[in-house]
Amino acid sequence: MSNNESGALARFGVTDRDIEQALGRVKVSTVDYADLYFEYCQSESVSMEEGIVKRATKSVGQGVGVRATAGEKTGFAYSDELTPRDLNIAADTARYIANSVQGTAPVPVTHRPALARNLYPHDRATIEVATRDRVTLLNAIDAEARRYDPRIKNVMAAYNTEYKIMLVATSDGLMVGDIQPLSRLQVTCIAEENGNRQVGTFGGGGRIGLDYFQNDQRYLHFAREAAREAILNLNAVDAPAGVMPVVLGGGWPGILLHEAIGHGLEADFNRKKTSAFSNLMGKKVASDVCTIVDDGTLPFRRGSLNVDDEGTPTSRTVLIEKGILRGYITDKLNARLMGIPVTGNGRRESYQSVVLPRMTNTFMLAGESDPQDIIKSVKKGLYAVSFGGGQVDITNGKFVFSASEAYLIEDGKITRPVKGATLIGSGPDILKQVSMVGHDLKLDEGIGTCGKEGQSVPVGVGLPTIRIDEITVGGTKASS
Amino acid sequence: MTRMIGEQDYTTVAQDLLARASKQGATAADVMVADGETLSVQVRMGAVDRLTKAREKRMGLRVFFGQRSASASTSDFSRDSLDRFVQETCALAQAVVEDPVSGLPERGQLATEFPELHIHDATKLQTDEQIALALRAERAAFAADSRITNSEGGECDSSSGRIILANSHGFLGQYANSSFSLSVSPIASDAAGMQRDYWYGVNRTFAKLESPEAIGQEATRRTVRKLGARKVATCRVPVIFDPEVAGSLLSHLCSALSGYALYKGASFLIGQLGQQIAPDFVTIYDDGRMAGGLGTRPFDGEGLPTRKQAVVERGRLTSYLLDTYSGKKLGLPSTGNAARSIGESPSAGPTNFYMVPGTTRPEDILASVKQGLYVTDLIGFGINMVTGDYSRGASGFWIENGELAYPVEEITIASNLKQMYSTIETIGSNLVFRGRIASPTVKIAEMMVAGN
Repeated sequence: MSNNESGALARFGVTDRDIEQALGRVKVSTVDYADLYFEYCQSESVSMEEGIVKRATKSVGQGVGVRATAGEKTGFAYSDELTPRDLNIAADTARYIANSVQGTAPVPVTHRPALARNLYPHDRATIEVATRDRVTLLNAIDAEARRYDPRIKNVMAAYNTEYKIMLVATSDGLMVGDIQPLSRLQVTCIAEENGNRQVGTFGGGGRIGLDYFQNDQRYLHFAREAAREAILNLNAVDAPAGVMPVVLGGGWPGILLHEAIGHGLEADFNRKKTSAFSNLMGKKVASDVCTIVDDGTLPFRRGSLNVDDEGTPTSRTVLIEKGILRGYITDKLNARLMGIPVTGNGRRESYQSVVLPRMTNTFMLAGESDPQDIIKSVKKGLYAVSFGGGQVDITNGKFVFSASEAYLIEDGKITRPVKGATLIGSGPDILKQVSMVGHDLKLDEGIGTCGKEGQSVPVGVGLPTIRIDEITVGGTKASS
Repeated sequence: MTRMIGEQDYTTVAQDLLARASKQGATAADVMVADGETLSVQVRMGAVDRLTKAREKRMGLRVFFGQRSASASTSDFSRDSLDRFVQETCALAQAVVEDPVSGLPERGQLATEFPELHIHDATKLQTDEQIALALRAERAAFAADSRITNSEGGECDSSSGRIILANSHGFLGQYANSSFSLSVSPIASDAAGMQRDYWYGVNRTFAKLESPEAIGQEATRRTVRKLGARKVATCRVPVIFDPEVAGSLLSHLCSALSGYALYKGASFLIGQLGQQIAPDFVTIYDDGRMAGGLGTRPFDGEGLPTRKQAVVERGRLTSYLLDTYSGKKLGLPSTGNAARSIGESPSAGPTNFYMVPGTTRPEDILASVKQGLYVTDLIGFGINMVTGDYSRGASGFWIENGELAYPVEEITIASNLKQMYSTIETIGSNLVFRGRIASPTVKIAEMMVAGN
């Protein structure tokens, strides 16, 4: 199938006429904007534990979401049936907010741009891998992790794929479709020694296929990394508690940016003035060494999209430039209400959810410091290289993220591994504490899922090695 | 149980699917069908912000070929699609490895009685009624204090649905449930900045939902008291958990007691059955039959009857949370705690899970602390289920001489869950069900607080 709307239309069994009539029904004069979002999604997961691949699940879903916005209001309805009758019922429900009778003039959908680029060309067969190939891969992972160290007592691994076809038709007269593949491989190891049990995880993926994991036997690298982290944690000491300098390694620790500033710069919170960043545009919110972007155009990345879920091509948005707050992340509704540019960040989990401004791939640009010098600069602190999840309170700006692999730095040297600990800070302040930025920008492996208003979407983050002069570390050991 | 239009169709579809699976060579199978409708209204600053209306349905099939099995789900119920759906699910099962423990529960274990549990209220709210409720709650929040200057909005949701479960042992069970909820999230501000909190009510019966005014006023009380929050110095002190966050300690207990976490070696409570894990005044129940409970259901995700059982009795761990599979892995019978997402194989989880209240009034617990922390909010995911290590972002109040002295934020609390359960010092007399998991106020002897 070609990566455009004609194939998608055939898939959904709807005609241009059905779409134009439904749009006409909902786009009355008091409605500013309306769209229909069709989605078909097939996902498959095969997982292994205790050395056997025992679980396989498959799910198929399709439906349409119809949305209307009028002023600040949004009316939304969805259906898992795609008949013209169901489209019309959904259109009537979405229009309820406009207090208006149904429209009768179809809205012509004439603008059908061919995608200017394809960030994730793929062969469907490499995404929807035969179950037996997944089984082979997972068995090899189990063997490799156990070979890594006999103290690895259990290996859990899962290979998940998603094949999503979307088509959006808007009252601007735009119709655009996209095929969005997504694959992810996740490995968890449990190590045990003298009754001490520890866990290690590693995962990755993106809008890629099986070949990505097979290249250079990357899947075996995943197994070894998960095993290594579990074994390392067998010797971890209690994490320190209190304020101290922290060096973050490159890649996934970029979750700091996602929590500390990314969410706070989503346009909806700023339009409502409920974000700790409201009214800080053009102001200094970070040190001069910090430039941060959100970029949905990186080939094959988990957070990338050819077009967002409103049909807008994704872009690279500068959020913070040399410490100055420069931009918000927008969807059509918030861009219109705030009078600022649409950045192609209107995303939704599925046809069952409304569009919200969301991040894509959020990262800090490389600086000039040598990563070794950054570690050497710390007399006593923490070096954190891997993290679990994070969370932020948008309104007061307080955010947390929890380390899963971290070490003490003593006299400029990395010494002992420490147990996981949560780091807590304040979004508008923390980046002012960044005094050194490494030249080693790294993007994460492709495991991020961001939750907002109950909707999950895949995202990416990235970070060079950085030094934060002061942040609160939530360990259990009082500093001496 | 209330009968709904179309009920017959879905039981027929379920049985038809079982027949097709059997024809394809499946030695056993089960089918779960769910459908429901939702109306969600969000208002903000006195006007409608978002209106969402939907009807959906989904069907999940699990097939066994001897001891190989696979699951699948679809929202496409058309005859032609179902044929392919069954075929694909069967092909998937034949591609995985034999698992000697897999299988349906024994026929004799399946539920045969379906008592009235008061989990379905047929009340249908009109869109305008829900808008009015949400507006009233937000208005009450604003009226309660002039420092409320903004709002994340009020929300009123209603939903109803039903679950049908059938398996190749001849089990066929179904139930309907409903849910009504109302919440509001006001924002308070002063010279120092903004704070947000929220309050909510949720009930299976509409008439039992708290009034919008009560919800709005409580939301504002919880929000304005956070204004002026500051950090405190790093220290080791007693920590009191407000009931809203004390429930999270029980959620972690549920995760650690899930049969799947236990047999995989991924729980800090491995091998603790029969052991003392908390002081002798701690008793915790899981009760799947509590009338009107948000976790109540007549049968679990495999068709076994739900029940009321002590999980912790006088501090001793008396039961895990098990389904058939995880039970077999541990050499124990299912506890009727199979949880099921459509199209997934079962997992094990709580129904209505609560700590039996103590005799101490919450204010007396507070009075017992000379210097310590009263936690009202927790954020982040700093919990290691394998080791029990615990480190989360917190906010709440600093306690001085038995009284809340000032609000605090940007701190963490850390310990180990095993240690925390065993050093519970006092349990409050206040237990209110506001979700499937409920706890009174809980005081932990000591935790590490990291701040300045």
